Amino acid sequence: MATKAKKLSPEEQAALEAIRADDGAAKAAAVRGSLWSRRDFMGRLGWTGFTVFTTVSLLGFVRSAFPRVLFTPPSSFKAGFPNEYTIGEVSERFKQEQRVWIIREADGFYALFAKCTHLGCTPRWLKVEEKFKCPCHGSGFRKTGINFEGPAPRPLERFRISVAEDGQLVVDKSVVYRFERGDWDRPGAFLHA
Amino acid sequence: MSKWEETKRQITESQIWQSIFRHGYEDTPRNRVMMVSGNIWLHLHPSKVRRHAVRMRFTWCMGGITFLMFLVTVVTGVYLMFYYRPTAEYAYADMKYLEFDMPFGMFMRNMHRWAAHGMVIAVWLHMFRVFLTGSYKPPREFNWVVGVILLVLTMLLSFTGYLLPWDQLSIWAVTVGSNMARATPLLGYEGPFAQYIGANPIYDARAFLFGGGEIGPHTLLRFYILHCIFIPLVASLFMAVHFWRIRRDGFSGPPV
Repeated sequence: MATKAKKLSPEEQAALEAIRADDGAAKAAAVRGSLWSRRDFMGRLGWTGFTVFTTVSLLGFVRSAFPRVLFTPPSSFKAGFPNEYTIGEVSERFKQEQRVWIIREADGFYALFAKCTHLGCTPRWLKVEEKFKCPCHGSGFRKTGINFEGPAPRPLERFRISVAEDGQLVVDKSVVYRFERGDWDRPGAFLHA
Repeated sequence: MSKWEETKRQITESQIWQSIFRHGYEDTPRNRVMMVSGNIWLHLHPSKVRRHAVRMRFTWCMGGITFLMFLVTVVTGVYLMFYYRPTAEYAYADMKYLEFDMPFGMFMRNMHRWAAHGMVIAVWLHMFRVFLTGSYKPPREFNWVVGVILLVLTMLLSFTGYLLPWDQLSIWAVTVGSNMARATPLLGYEGPFAQYIGANPIYDARAFLFGGGEIGPHTLLRFYILHCIFIPLVASLFMAVHFWRIRRDGFSGPPV
């Protein structure tokens, strides 16, 4: 909103009127012959510069809202050597500390997140019945993590499991594999041994 | 007519544009005077108000009470700021000190709390009244939109203030309340389509709010700044527009 209007000469005023009255046609006629006038060029250059600067600043600001260093426990942990696990067993060794079950099968390992997919309680492993059972609302999961009873809407989540350079198992809790997304076929979801 | 002109015309003739700007600005001496006399920065109060516009049975004075509550929270809030340090080590102890050892501390803290509650209640009743009297209809629809923004800001003020006592109640309340951010489509790591953006617990909408994957010292400081500086400032700007529209502006205020 201009507080100080440019004083127009009668000719300019008339031209302006013509442009207003005749819309784009008169205006197009006025600029015909040249692609961009110098004023157009400078104007567009200025606005482009402004837009680029603002966008980059904004992105920089958004990035700065995520600290580079977080003083929270690391998301991955070492889970001992593969030969410490018995074939067919559900290990509860890291349940208390890390909320993870590590399951050893004949052909490899997988790590299950011990959090019910219904409302987030910690299920229990019932050895005799061969299932995970949630104490809150009775959801049941097979040894693989697939849900089969109770209100849980989807299978338990798996974490990435791999072998470190020293030969120990490593579970990375920041990488989640969900069955319903088809993630369990991906490399990190199952460690072939 | 060029495509550009056509788009421009469509935008300026749309209801949204018209409700915000209503008419063009013609550079006439009269309009220049109007700009000075109608400027919110120069004159907060209108030179006159129509009698019917302030009738209690019509307005319930709920907008005014909301604003009064806001002013009370600002005054008591500044008072509380003198004795509160927004760091994880001190916040809780400072809150206790304010409550039990400082002269009038408990009074000011409670006043801040009750004014905040009152503001939320009054703002809802204000909205209800505006709805009942149909005062959201054209040409006032833009002011309704500004009002909705102010409602959200009021809620955010309450939400951010809730964390500051830094006790179990506030930490868990904010943990639960922020679960919504975790489920934002695209931007929250548990929301739909998050995998396409690559959102994860420490890089998503909630982490943006928290400054990390969970509530921590960063969160306290962030909420403190949002609560004490950013949101009140933004809310004040919107309030200025809101009041200006209803009291000073041509269509609902008295003619100048």
